[in-house]
Amino acid sequence: MRKFKDHLLRGCLWASAFLTVAVLIIIVGYIFYKGFRLIDFNFIFGDYSPVGHGGIWPMIVTTLYTIFISLIIATPIGILAAVYLQEYAKQGRLVRLIRYATESLTGIPSIIYGLFGAVFFVTTLKFGMSIIAASLTLTIIVLPVIIRTTEEALKTVPQSYREGSLALGTTKLQTLYKVILPSAMPGILSGIILSIGRIVGESAAIFLTAGTVAAMPDGIFSSARTLTVHSFLVTQESGDIELAAAVGIVLIVIILILNFLATFISKRLNKADY
Amino acid sequence: MLEKLSGRVFLFCALLSVISLLLIVGFVFYKGSHPFVAEGYSFLDFIFGMDWVPSEDKFGIFPMIVASLFATMGALILGVPVGLFTAIFLAEIAPKRVAKIISPAVQLLAGIPSVLYGVFGLAIIVPFLQNNLGLVKGQSLLAVILVLAIMMLPTIVTVAETAIRAVPKMYREGSLALGASPIGTIFKVVVPAAKSGIMAAIVLGLGRAIGETMAVILVAGNSLILPTSLTDSVRPLTTNIALEMGYAFGTHQEMLFATGIVLFSFILLLNFVLAKIGSKGGK
Amino acid sequence: MGTTVIERKDGVRKSQMKQQSGGTKINVKDLDLFYGDKQALYKVALDIHEKEVTALIGPSGCGKSTFLRSLNRMNDLIDGVKITGDIMIDNENIYETNDVIKLRTKVGMVFQKPNLFPMSIYDNVAYGPRMQGIKSKKELNEIVEESLRGAAIWDEVKDRLKTSALGLSGGQQQRVCIARAIAMKPEIILMDEPTSALDPISTLKVEELIANMKKDYTIVIVTHNMQQAARVSDKTAFFLNGEIIEYDETNNIFSMPKDQRTEDYVTGRFG
Ligand SMILES: Nc1ncnc2c1ncn2[C@@H]1O[C@H](COP(=O)(O)OP(=O)(O)OP(=O)(O)O)[C@@H](O)[C@H]1O
Ligand SMILES: [Mg+2]
Repeated sequence: MRKFKDHLLRGCLWASAFLTVAVLIIIVGYIFYKGFRLIDFNFIFGDYSPVGHGGIWPMIVTTLYTIFISLIIATPIGILAAVYLQEYAKQGRLVRLIRYATESLTGIPSIIYGLFGAVFFVTTLKFGMSIIAASLTLTIIVLPVIIRTTEEALKTVPQSYREGSLALGTTKLQTLYKVILPSAMPGILSGIILSIGRIVGESAAIFLTAGTVAAMPDGIFSSARTLTVHSFLVTQESGDIELAAAVGIVLIVIILILNFLATFISKRLNKADY
Repeated sequence: MLEKLSGRVFLFCALLSVISLLLIVGFVFYKGSHPFVAEGYSFLDFIFGMDWVPSEDKFGIFPMIVASLFATMGALILGVPVGLFTAIFLAEIAPKRVAKIISPAVQLLAGIPSVLYGVFGLAIIVPFLQNNLGLVKGQSLLAVILVLAIMMLPTIVTVAETAIRAVPKMYREGSLALGASPIGTIFKVVVPAAKSGIMAAIVLGLGRAIGETMAVILVAGNSLILPTSLTDSVRPLTTNIALEMGYAFGTHQEMLFATGIVLFSFILLLNFVLAKIGSKGGK
Repeated sequence: MGTTVIERKDGVRKSQMKQQSGGTKINVKDLDLFYGDKQALYKVALDIHEKEVTALIGPSGCGKSTFLRSLNRMNDLIDGVKITGDIMIDNENIYETNDVIKLRTKVGMVFQKPNLFPMSIYDNVAYGPRMQGIKSKKELNEIVEESLRGAAIWDEVKDRLKTSALGLSGGQQQRVCIARAIAMKPEIILMDEPTSALDPISTLKVEELIANMKKDYTIVIVTHNMQQAARVSDKTAFFLNGEIIEYDETNNIFSMPKDQRTEDYVTGRFG
């Protein structure tokens, strides 16, 4: 009887794993199969046009804009916040409040961020539907990611480095810049790369704050659409699965490169860590 | 001097996440509660109302609440067992070489934009349901459930696998030394030991499912009826917000924020329930 | 409460100290230390003499490290530490100045485990001086060489100064740690079980080094190794449960201890 149960469970484990892998292979395979025919130089670097499948260069540029702006704001803030929590704060009520807030931010679904961005950045601050409004919303979305990964990275810096440096008569700030942050760098970089992935994959929050204009943005105050939103819209509006899949390939490749980069950087820097 | 100043700057940066949270909660709640506080709309009518017709000033979201609830539950029922079993397989049973290929691939899939799952759903799952179940329209609650379940798989697998791998070797050895079978050891010793990590995996997967918007729009059908069967076309809460936010104004827009509040409370509640189940399972 | 006592006593003590010739480098009185509610040091009093090696011995957990770390205020890093009583270095109360940085450049420290930074050997030794604002390449080169020679490791590393410090053996690393401390030109060097992570040969090298360094520095060393205390130190203090039980010439502590508990400990009957 027990033997039978064991066999049954083992069978379930194999079946589940098989199912998961099969489904995921089918999805990725399907997207590549559907989309690869569209991908060529003109598709990637061409301007968008509503007839045919159009180029996606404006969407790539918009995506790069959102990545750049949100990271340039979120990265320093996130790192310094983590430094405060790990290196400066006395554990107590304030720290618990900050941790609680950070955790709660992680749990908020992106459509709520979208609502907030739409009323705060778009309307109240009068940015209008724009790249900047979307980027600021994304800043808040990735902030907790950067804080958490940086905190984890700081935790792995041996206490002996801090003591060793301070015992040499250096200030806390010098110790931070010369010893602690360099040692934590691989972890921090992985956090940043993770954030890029989050930004690239985001759709609902951007949809409500950047709008859907399918043209090259004039600047950060124009409305525009990112790759992910583009993929959504062409599916919803015209049922153009081929185009959506082609954009999907570009997205998957970007995610692949980011993952590769994250692994590479953390391996490389750990070695450079002597 | 510089030390003091920098300490302040760091503190300020840390406080920004508190400020952001307050701003978000404040704005959403302020906007969303306005119709009920200042315009005389009944909150109960909003929650239990069957009709959502903004042009006629009717704002009832009961069908959407039910749709969200069913979609999430359904995705959990399908996705959690398959995801957990896959995680257990990868961590405990799979040959090393196989796990080495599959684990990173699954992890990678946790990172691909969820919209793509929606695209796939619309292109494959919806026509499949339409043809095989003889539906007029394949966009349905069932399609939503399937897409969400697939979407949460990589997240659940990745997080749960990490948790299971973190269980110390000696637990397994202890159990095996007592004559337990390998499978028995996994389910009696290893999985319970990884319980909190597994719970975290479920919560994360759940968060992804319930908050998902754009992928759902593509496969839900978005009808405003109370779903009575898996094949009904549905409109979950998130979808309602995204579909109408673009042109809503005035009370209509505020009601979308109110929908957001309901979604918010929904997530808090589900997390709470899951945490409760998790802590009970431990005793 | 403690501080008012310090202030009242201060003037009196200063005049007394002046008469004591250059002999006393560190003077500790009435030192109580708490980790939160838990008291770790009780009324510790000790005079540490200039250019001597003073050993601190005692069973695990008796407060040796705690005491040592209060001499360069490393305990400040730990939340909830309360200190009363006073520690005078060169007649200055180190808990009354605000300049911890200056204190720590004057009082160097070597830790139990070598804790070199993940940088090159050169950068490790030059780290402190650079932080003090020394930029000149020539000056830094001189300091690095001088310090490494002072720590008796120059010959072993002079050809690989630019390579990772973490590639050295444990014993070499510990001597580079000593070089790193020397590079600050401190007057006092604190060592917390500096050889407990080393093999016997490296230990002997470090002990030789300590004996040589005595002419230039005042050294306070914590050790669990009785022979080591006997070999390297001039004075020895025996700690037990946060108190100093006996403090005397090292010879006396090991050959004719006055307190029964000291005798039990040094003869290996407990601890
Ligand atoms: N950071 C801390 N927080 C709370 N208590 C501490 C802390 N550090 C040390 N203690 C306690 O203070 C007492 C003295 O510790 P200390 O490290 O000074 O002992 P020690 O003599 O150096 O021991 P060992 O020989 O094991 O290094 C011990 O009871 C220890 O538990
Ligand atoms: Mg100690």
